[in-house]
Amino acid sequence: MARPHGGQLVDQVLSNNQLNRIKEEIKELKPIPIDYETFIELENIAIGTFSPLEGYMIQQEVDSVLDTGRLTNDLAWTIPITFAVDKEQANLLEKGNQFALSYQGEVVALLDLEDKFIPDKKHWVKAVFNTTDEKHPGVKRIYKRKEVLLGGTINLLKRPKVPFPENRLTPKETRVLFKVKGWKTIVGFQTRNAPHIGHEYVQKAALTFVDGIFINPVIGKKKPGDFKDEVILESYNALINHYYLRERSVLVTLLTEMRYAGPKEAIFHSIMRKNYGCTHFIIGRDHAGVGNYYPPFAAQDIFDDYPDIGIVPLFFRSFSHCTKCGSVVNEKICPHSSEHHINFSGTKIRKMLIEGKHPPKELMRPEVADIILQYENPFVE
Amino acid sequence: MDKDNKTITISKHLYELLERKIQQDKFDSVDNYVEHLLLQLLQVEGSEDLDPEEEEKIKQRLEKLGYL
Repeated sequence: MARPHGGQLVDQVLSNNQLNRIKEEIKELKPIPIDYETFIELENIAIGTFSPLEGYMIQQEVDSVLDTGRLTNDLAWTIPITFAVDKEQANLLEKGNQFALSYQGEVVALLDLEDKFIPDKKHWVKAVFNTTDEKHPGVKRIYKRKEVLLGGTINLLKRPKVPFPENRLTPKETRVLFKVKGWKTIVGFQTRNAPHIGHEYVQKAALTFVDGIFINPVIGKKKPGDFKDEVILESYNALINHYYLRERSVLVTLLTEMRYAGPKEAIFHSIMRKNYGCTHFIIGRDHAGVGNYYPPFAAQDIFDDYPDIGIVPLFFRSFSHCTKCGSVVNEKICPHSSEHHINFSGTKIRKMLIEGKHPPKELMRPEVADIILQYENPFVE
Repeated sequence: MDKDNKTITISKHLYELLERKIQQDKFDSVDNYVEHLLLQLLQVEGSEDLDPEEEEKIKQRLEKLGYL
């Protein structure tokens, strides 16, 4: 199993005993309201998904991540983790004090405010997304974000209610799970799609060389046209039930916002899976990409800059169904020309599903298509 | 040598191989490269030490959820 990023799994969730000790003090703290997305990312910090971060980044840390792709201690890190408030609110908050973060009127976490600063958004989006184009969903979100960032250590008092709680495990829990299962090598697979045969091929090819697969779909805010969360989970359950060994596969959700930052996000995704205990992580074509903002294999090439990341990336380039071979093939194993190849085009599969048609079995398992077709609209609007 | 570091000995031949390797791998010294390799090795073989009581509680939750 991989050691957590930075060596120690962060645990900033206060125990009941700790909570009881500070119950009265909390009532005196000035509250800062947070929304659901912030609550979810707070939990990710607290349960160690973002280890070694113990809170929101201060300016020095953000600058280091933007300028070098590393934390100030030189550890690989590519996406700033921050908490934004508006200027009026920030003016009321003094550095050096503790604040109560409240969700729907209830205190859910504490923030020791160490820093407040206004970042240069243009520099930020260029560094993270390699574009300043406001049409890019990640760029758009940063431009719309409130102005002032608050940095400091957090402690979680209460965990958020999440969709599909039975599929939500913490890194501490997955580490116990892998240990009990006796898995020493685990490959992580990130997805925001219902699975087609190409995904299954990649997962099984990787699984051949490790002890277990950790299928980890991203659940949460996504862009229109992405599969709905429930569709992804149900279709994966169908695939696993019919075509995977239960003792070799685990399906767990990851609640985090998709940034669509391509290569930078590939590094971030790898770090999160390393924190879950994965030793390997699958990176396909245009990982975490959107539109044509990144070259197709930029998310693989970036790993050249991170030989010290501590998780082994497994690169898959192209794959298709070859009608001559009668199986899924890649560029290294099939001698036949492209006229014999059927590509796993997401757009093509999507079109068939929207028209209520089952994609051919060479492209998608019928059991998976059955699940998707049960939905009137399986896509985010 | 500072108090946080220890010296280990490797053969001259291996040292020279590593020296050649770091030129391709963007490491600035053989020391850093060896430390990186050892860290990688330990990361793969390392395991978490959890409080047994907490571990038991987690196992029970995992069983209840059908993971075990």
